[in-house]
Amino acid sequence: MSLIRVEIPFHLRTLTKIEGREVTVEVTPPVTIGSVLDAVEAKYPVLRGTIRDHVSLKRRPFLRFYVCEEDWSNLPADTPLPEAILTGQEPFAIIGAIAGGW
Amino acid sequence: MSSVRVLVGTKKGAFILTADGARKNWKVSEPHFVGWEVYHVKGSPVEPNRIFASQTSGWFGQIIQRSDDGGKTWNPPGGGGGTNEMGFPMGESNKFVYEGEVGKHLFYDGTQHPWEFKRVWHLEPSLTNPDECYAGVEDAALFKTTDGGHTWNELPALRHTKGELWQPGAGGMGLHTILLDKTNPNRIWVAISAAGVFRTEDGGKSWKPATKGLNMQYELPDKSNEVGHCVHRIAMHPSRPNVLFMQKHWDVNRSDNAGDNWTEVSGNLPSDFGFPIDVHAHEPNTIYVVPIKSDSEHYPPDAKLRVYRSKTGGNEWEALTKGLPQEHCYVNVLRDAMAVDSLDQCGIYFGTTGGQVYCSPDGGDNWQCLVHDLPGVLSVEVQTLK
Repeated sequence: MSLIRVEIPFHLRTLTKIEGREVTVEVTPPVTIGSVLDAVEAKYPVLRGTIRDHVSLKRRPFLRFYVCEEDWSNLPADTPLPEAILTGQEPFAIIGAIAGGW
Repeated sequence: MSSVRVLVGTKKGAFILTADGARKNWKVSEPHFVGWEVYHVKGSPVEPNRIFASQTSGWFGQIIQRSDDGGKTWNPPGGGGGTNEMGFPMGESNKFVYEGEVGKHLFYDGTQHPWEFKRVWHLEPSLTNPDECYAGVEDAALFKTTDGGHTWNELPALRHTKGELWQPGAGGMGLHTILLDKTNPNRIWVAISAAGVFRTEDGGKSWKPATKGLNMQYELPDKSNEVGHCVHRIAMHPSRPNVLFMQKHWDVNRSDNAGDNWTEVSGNLPSDFGFPIDVHAHEPNTIYVVPIKSDSEHYPPDAKLRVYRSKTGGNEWEALTKGLPQEHCYVNVLRDAMAVDSLDQCGIYFGTTGGQVYCSPDGGDNWQCLVHDLPGVLSVEVQTLK
């Protein structure tokens, strides 16, 4: 079991009423993009559908996933996360795209 | 002592405005759901402290929120399914999944396009059961909860009513109006841009278009002209469910037979384009619209914000201006942004894209601005509390 740090965007923090920028979730290996998101949604069920589509589990278009400052948004859900994430040195970052809006 | 609670949805959150029955001194809440678009907020007529809200975002999707204390506190109503070990609700209150095969509708380019859920435009709580509520969504469909918002299920027969010929308006293909008949729980009307009006007599098992008689400037994709109309809003007085009023993309219409036939009643309006339409709480033949210059210029004619009232059910209209800006006004009033209270002297309310909320406590004769710097107003509802 790995303890994974996950950075949550502002609007989802207010929705879940969590304090701070990050949450920590327990993930059973293999630790992948998909298994981390599964763990986040299991711990905070209100987030189901807000990060990934309810049915297709596709990433919502204006959210991005960053790993060690690299954009992993378009990698497959079963992509393993690196050691820095597994050890808690870096968070898995869910970022609201910095783009447009009103 | 009676009081009123005005529920305002805006582009950046929801606000609750309260006053006693005199409606002179108003209290404006802090914003709820800060930074999210709130398309609609509406309370149960059975339990007024139960309020549903549609919180939505192009980034994060759809959230349904519910308050059981008159809007003081809110939670996604998933609690019916229990909570997890951390105390967070386990429900699926945000899950809107089309029933069965998704199907396709007509797209802008003339091709068939799959239905894609985007957001909830309108919430219509049941007239009899506080756990029941309808939701009109984009892409257009009708959903219903029977468990207080814990789960939502589609009434799919609606989309099978020539759905292949429905197409989005410029604002999307939204189901924006849901009218419930208090004399017949199986009868519901819905309106969709740009598909038209549909009526069910069997609680949603089957539907038929209710658009006969509506004007058309151009040929519609449906050669029978039953669907494809850009209806902006319909309204009725609860005591007279066979009489419907409609603000269409162009022209105001009336039906005296539950939507079977429509007649234009635009009369002497300075423009028959607009979005909202509503009915006086105690005078079923008194109706209100807010004319907008045109579909190309979404602001009031002559830059004067005027509500128009007809006491004859249409055709003869009078401008109501006292207390409303009569120069340099370039706001719009959206389709869900007008409501009436049911106090003895009926109050009329509307919100603007400029963030103002106005109230007339005397049926439209005099207006006051309750608050003037909110984010753009998407919806206004009012609850009359005894």
